Amino acid sequence: MAGLEFVGVRKTYPNGVKAIHGIDMAVSDGEFVVIVGPSGCGKSTLLRMVAGLETVTEGEIRIGENRVNELEPADRNIAMVFQNYALYPHMSVFDNMAYGLRNRRTPRNEIARRVAEAAGTLQLEGLLDRRPGQLSGGQRQRVAMGRAIVREPEAFLFDEPLSNLDAKLRVQMRLEIKRLQRALGTTSLYVTHDQVEAMTLADRLIVMNAGVAEQIGTPLEIYDAPATLFVAGFIGSPAMNFLSGTVAEDGTGAQLDGSGGTLPVAPPASPDGGRIVVGIRPEHLEPVSREEAALEVVVELVEALGADSLVHGQLADGGEGAAVTVRVDGARRVAAGDVLSLAVAPNHVHFFNPDDGKRLA
Amino acid sequence: MVENRPWLTVFSHVVLCLGVLVTALPIWIAFVASTHPADSMLSGRTPLLPGGNMLENYATVLGSGVKAAGSIPVGTMLWNSFVMALMIAVGKIAISIIAAYAIVYFRFPLRKTCFWVIFITLMLPVEVRILPTFGVVASLDMLNSYWGLSVPLIASATATFLFRQFFLTVPEELAEAARIDGAGPLKFFRDILLPLSRTNIAALFVILFIFGWNQYLWPLLVTTDEGFYTIVMGIQRMLQAEDAEPAWHEIMATSMLAMLPPVLVVVFMQRLFVKGLIEQEK
Repeated sequence: MAGLEFVGVRKTYPNGVKAIHGIDMAVSDGEFVVIVGPSGCGKSTLLRMVAGLETVTEGEIRIGENRVNELEPADRNIAMVFQNYALYPHMSVFDNMAYGLRNRRTPRNEIARRVAEAAGTLQLEGLLDRRPGQLSGGQRQRVAMGRAIVREPEAFLFDEPLSNLDAKLRVQMRLEIKRLQRALGTTSLYVTHDQVEAMTLADRLIVMNAGVAEQIGTPLEIYDAPATLFVAGFIGSPAMNFLSGTVAEDGTGAQLDGSGGTLPVAPPASPDGGRIVVGIRPEHLEPVSREEAALEVVVELVEALGADSLVHGQLADGGEGAAVTVRVDGARRVAAGDVLSLAVAPNHVHFFNPDDGKRLA
Repeated sequence: MVENRPWLTVFSHVVLCLGVLVTALPIWIAFVASTHPADSMLSGRTPLLPGGNMLENYATVLGSGVKAAGSIPVGTMLWNSFVMALMIAVGKIAISIIAAYAIVYFRFPLRKTCFWVIFITLMLPVEVRILPTFGVVASLDMLNSYWGLSVPLIASATATFLFRQFFLTVPEELAEAARIDGAGPLKFFRDILLPLSRTNIAALFVILFIFGWNQYLWPLLVTTDEGFYTIVMGIQRMLQAEDAEPAWHEIMATSMLAMLPPVLVVVFMQRLFVKGLIEQEK
């Protein structure tokens, strides 16, 4: 097993489209790194470059100590799980798992041993003679995992492996993948656009946007201190509320636009002109009495989820575009038209520079 | 939707039965004729029930051939046709599947051009290019040979196009998974693509075998040696026999025999077809 390293990796397609603008990162041995981002952000491209399915335009990818830029996919000692599983439809489950090993001239009894072992781990024992077409989605997913495991690779690459499954199965497979990776201790790169998957699976996250790694860190680091507006809006569900405002003249607070209210915290550094974007997560806004309120929200719509409710509304007198979402206790009755008085703990207020989207720190 | 309109049902069945009659009657008459002695077809009244000379007639055509047409045993002609049709079908499939593989899976200069050049040859069937093709075959000394009968007919734009369309529907990830599994281009072709194309190959084989079997003009041109006559042109020669009444009983027996192999191919391959369709998984 081995770590993985990206050194100034760039990708430009022959038609001139720049997919990756330079990634520098080291993944340590046994680490589970999730690459998350919206579609078209280059996350799959990055993964495919590690797999060797895309060429690296500039920079270097290392697996262990070796530069792998020029190696064929088969020689990189990686295994990949595809979104549509890419099982060979005409081969049995056993052959699907054994194919790569046969091509590698692994001895027959060794193949049988490894496949049996993987089938045991993945509960596929009774299905080894079936064809992929006779399996359910979850079983196919397991076969795809099995095909990766039997290779005993240095790294697993997952390309949105759960997005073809229904919601319940997805949660179950998510746990299984995590458990399996822990047990095997194999370095893993996992691409997804689903931030729940990203948060739950990752030791570390790479949040990508438009070919740039906006932030790299543990899920909680990213949740607690998003480095950019994009990361702040992308990680966390429902998404963070963004309110524009200015730094108060005496420098001790933040004045929201309109007469939206004043927050008793100020950014550690204030940008030129004093314009700022204030970010507050819906779960950090707390209903309080009118006297303690930092802001007031006119309720427009309530989504009751049971355990809690999502309240969507507008900042009272906040001017246009000051939509706010609040997560309140499910037991609390809120109706459209109500005015909610809200407060927020100072350490849960995020400040961003509206010009470059960077966190003010 | 189930409609209950008795007259419509009766009407459509009548139409279908008429269709079957129109198609089947000539074949029946050919069969009946092949079982009568020589004179009953010439008497002016076409018999509608089988006669008693069946074994005799078939033995004659298979063994010694039709005298008036040069006495080439039908067995030889059947064999020639079979070899030619088989070579054409197998050759066409082999060449077009490889061409399609190259066009779909490899990036090389002028790839698009190659495809279009192949596609444009659809406009040039044998009949159009028959003189130059004959010239080439003659100068390659391939007249009166199985190669001469089959090679000029082997290149196939249609089959290439069909395989190309099929390969385009094979998910790209399959090729990528195979690459990661350490399968080179040839291994991928042999282990993955070929087994997946099985039903397409079977379907094309049926069509192309019959295409090859029914070739008439080309064998007529390139064979002068009776040993290489094919069955379809053979039947025509029997009719043209000079100074003799056409031996209808023997001609019809030959026709029946000529129809048999394509029918067998269809019947036999049909099973593979259906099997493939049931097993198809996507």
